[in-house]
Amino acid sequence: MIRTKKTAGDWKPCAVTGICDMTNRQRMNIVIVGHVDHGKSTVIGRLLADTGTLPQGKLEFVREMCRKNAKPFEYAFLLDALKDEQAQGITIDTARCFFKTRKRDYIIIDAPGHIEFLKNMITGAARAEAALLVIDAQEGIQENSKRHGHLVSMLGIKQVTVLVNKMDLVAYDKNVFGSRQSAYTDFLKQLNVVPVSFIPISAREGENITVLSGRMKWYKGHTLLEQLDEFEPEKILADKPFRFPVQDVYKFTQNNDDRRIIAGTVAAGSIKPGEEVVFLPSRKRAVIKTVEAFNEPPKLSAHAGDATGFTMATQVYVRPGELVVAATDPAPQVGSRFKANIFWMGRAPLIKNKVYKLKLAATRTTVRLVEITQTIDSSDLSIQEKKNQLDRHDVAECVLETAKPIVFDTAHDCETTGRFVIIDNYEIAGGGIILEASSVEGSILEEHIRQRENIWEKGLITSFRRSTKNGHQAKFIIFSGAVGVGKRAIAKKLEEELFAHYSNVYYLGIANIDRGLDADITGSRDNLEERIRRLGELARIMTDAGLIFITTIDNADDYDLEALKLLNEPNEIVVINVGENELSHFQVDLALPASVDPSRAVEQVIKMLKSKEVILEYYL
Amino acid sequence: MSDHLSKLEAQSVYILREAYREFKNLCMLWSIGKDSTVLLWLARKAFFGHVPIPLVHIDTHYKIPEMIKYRDRLALEWNLNMVYGENREALEHKLTFPDGKVDRIACCRNLKSEALKHTLSGGWPRYRMDHQQKKYVLDTNKEPYTGVIVGVRADEEGSRSKERYFSPRDINNEWDVGDQPPEFWNQFKTDFAPGTHVRVHPLLDWTELNIWEYIERENIPVVSLYFDQGKGKRYRSLGCYPCTKPVDSTANTVKEIIAELRRGKFANIAERSGRDQDKEDGGGLETLRRDGYM
Ligand SMILES: Nc1nc2c(ncn2[C@@H]2O[C@H](COP(=O)(O)OP(=O)(O)O)[C@@H](O)[C@H]2O)c(=O)[nH]1
Repeated sequence: MIRTKKTAGDWKPCAVTGICDMTNRQRMNIVIVGHVDHGKSTVIGRLLADTGTLPQGKLEFVREMCRKNAKPFEYAFLLDALKDEQAQGITIDTARCFFKTRKRDYIIIDAPGHIEFLKNMITGAARAEAALLVIDAQEGIQENSKRHGHLVSMLGIKQVTVLVNKMDLVAYDKNVFGSRQSAYTDFLKQLNVVPVSFIPISAREGENITVLSGRMKWYKGHTLLEQLDEFEPEKILADKPFRFPVQDVYKFTQNNDDRRIIAGTVAAGSIKPGEEVVFLPSRKRAVIKTVEAFNEPPKLSAHAGDATGFTMATQVYVRPGELVVAATDPAPQVGSRFKANIFWMGRAPLIKNKVYKLKLAATRTTVRLVEITQTIDSSDLSIQEKKNQLDRHDVAECVLETAKPIVFDTAHDCETTGRFVIIDNYEIAGGGIILEASSVEGSILEEHIRQRENIWEKGLITSFRRSTKNGHQAKFIIFSGAVGVGKRAIAKKLEEELFAHYSNVYYLGIANIDRGLDADITGSRDNLEERIRRLGELARIMTDAGLIFITTIDNADDYDLEALKLLNEPNEIVVINVGENELSHFQVDLALPASVDPSRAVEQVIKMLKSKEVILEYYL
Repeated sequence: MSDHLSKLEAQSVYILREAYREFKNLCMLWSIGKDSTVLLWLARKAFFGHVPIPLVHIDTHYKIPEMIKYRDRLALEWNLNMVYGENREALEHKLTFPDGKVDRIACCRNLKSEALKHTLSGGWPRYRMDHQQKKYVLDTNKEPYTGVIVGVRADEEGSRSKERYFSPRDINNEWDVGDQPPEFWNQFKTDFAPGTHVRVHPLLDWTELNIWEYIERENIPVVSLYFDQGKGKRYRSLGCYPCTKPVDSTANTVKEIIAELRRGKFANIAERSGRDQDKEDGGGLETLRRDGYM
């Protein structure tokens, strides 16, 4: 089997000079997009043929095929021939073609232009460092030319060159080129895309592809090939504020390894051992001790793009999904509401009142659509009438709200922490870039509770009568802390102690909910928020019934506890932390050491409950 | 971070960590060949010297004996959670190509695809290296692996150039090439309906040359079969001995292999051309691949 990659012939300059340094070659991904029939395949066919990148005999073979079938030869057939070979008769996805110049290796990603292949186009284009947009000189800017401009802009591809093709059909007229250039420039300007260049070409005739055209002497710019070599490799964002999404926290104990490593890929900036960092949203602080590596000498710094890991001078307990920033750098945003541009690919529309999963850098959380501020028709950028949902292939400016505050930047400030995907029914259904933080006039949760309480139907017994009869207040008592610190033993003992003194008390083994009320929730990690919501609603009912309702929660964070506090309103909660306190700002009512003797612990809890008048002095 | 190997390494490490974070029952296929050995090395990079993911090898019992020796040596040295599976029944009934009962494609399907499918699902016995006894024992863990890390590269052959980094397979191990999930901004498909599973491809962007350059840079031990032992022949791709032929080459160091590849010695010859099953029918590998062959 002959394959395109390995058959790359030498491009002339290498052959001529004999110095084509193949070591440590740069590689660049370029995506090529365009309205159907504007000549994308012909451009690629030309590039491959004119740089001598085709497999031996391919050109002759295709010419011969055309002659036999009495078809005019098309450069696009070259590509089809290669694709068939690659595809072996199966549906074509984003195809990749390889060729090289003296400067570097190229992968040309041929993104299907048709809207039906949006998913594939995005997958292909998102890997590209530069884009070629092909438009037909005669037909001018078409719907897809505009749509593609839009996506290229949203995907964050900074370098764009526009190829005005089929100049032969307009007699290589300078004025036609000029008018296409100014019209498209105006359009792209609205999308904040400023093309690096416009090149008038005729792909079929090979004008301005590898050598400057003799038929367009008025054109003084680069040929397509020169332009490719002019594109700059992705900028390493070393001079930006330090951003490090915590992908995971490792503690591998094998071989007596006692390192606790915060692992991830540096999104922007750089850091050195000894520098102080802040974890967000938990606001914990620590000093970088080491930059860890395997099979390498210890590193003195970590930079944007490095997949690395740190140990800290002091132990901090953080979870995957937090963002590490340098203490002295400008801080990112912390909030639960933001405005974003979203493109939607899902089969089902994006609607309000539905919970979706959001992935932003290493953060995973749930998100809801609050509002669609404007839908943009990507073909003419006109603002459409207000919609209530986003349908497949729509692009819109929306306000979203996450269940917990998350850390983000605007996409303009930092791409990695400024863009996200939305998951619906296990699929990546949409992508978005953050425009700005939105102020919150009451979160969705607060709104929910306000509405719930407005119409809460009460029996004839007031809570005052209930607590007077019971001799204690209704209360939701939560024992928080890490796994295995002895929370459950204390909680059960407390239930027994209170029960012995005629309290209406109930201890709930949290695992019972998993197997019952929460049995429909799968995938433990991501659905924590829904579990919390149900527990909170349950607590609301239990405390309404006048109970002292006790349970334990492993590793609850600040936001979990705040959510439970809200959900349990109008009644109150009491939080007792056992062991290491991993909370950053939530004030616990009592802190107990790990593995404390349950009876001693219960004494302290009772004392605290008395001081809060949850239970009355004389009852015990 | 500007050199291309470090970039490739960083991306692969990111993918490995993402897979480790998202999948509870994750495993990594180790064919003992150069690619999956580089993958194993990248796991040690990602997890700072540890390999917290079981390595699964499908033993066809027609592997060149040196490969198995090398596998077990590294398993012990690197403290690997090493697991192998096999098609006991096909081997017992000699339903293999070398035994003359079936053609090459059917042999591959029996000894590899089927063995793989049932080893991953936990339906057939798995054998795990016991590091104390230094030998394989029956694995008590029968849970299906829902994430499988595989060392395929996009440049290997046509069908692989369309893979995603995270590629879903349905209950029957099937791959729907036409309708693949979108993948952008380093966000992958990590959410799955029960019953489906995912193949993870951290080496997708690497080329054959990159693999050797990295082996050289990191000084990764590879099986000596890749080098000429004085007969002017070496293996470029490793498989079962009845179906794998060496290429003509006198390269006997990693440096020489790299020089050979850079000179374009094999420019017009597919890497797997020494693997006869690819030739047996037109889209041999494609057919096998849809059925779950690597
Ligand atoms: N006259 C002329 N025709 C061209 C040129 N480039 C492409 N075409 C023709 O336009 C048609 C569509 O080209 P193709 O490359 O298949 O378009 P794609 O759909 O964008 O890939 C084909 O018939 C080509 O021969 C050109 O520069 N001049």
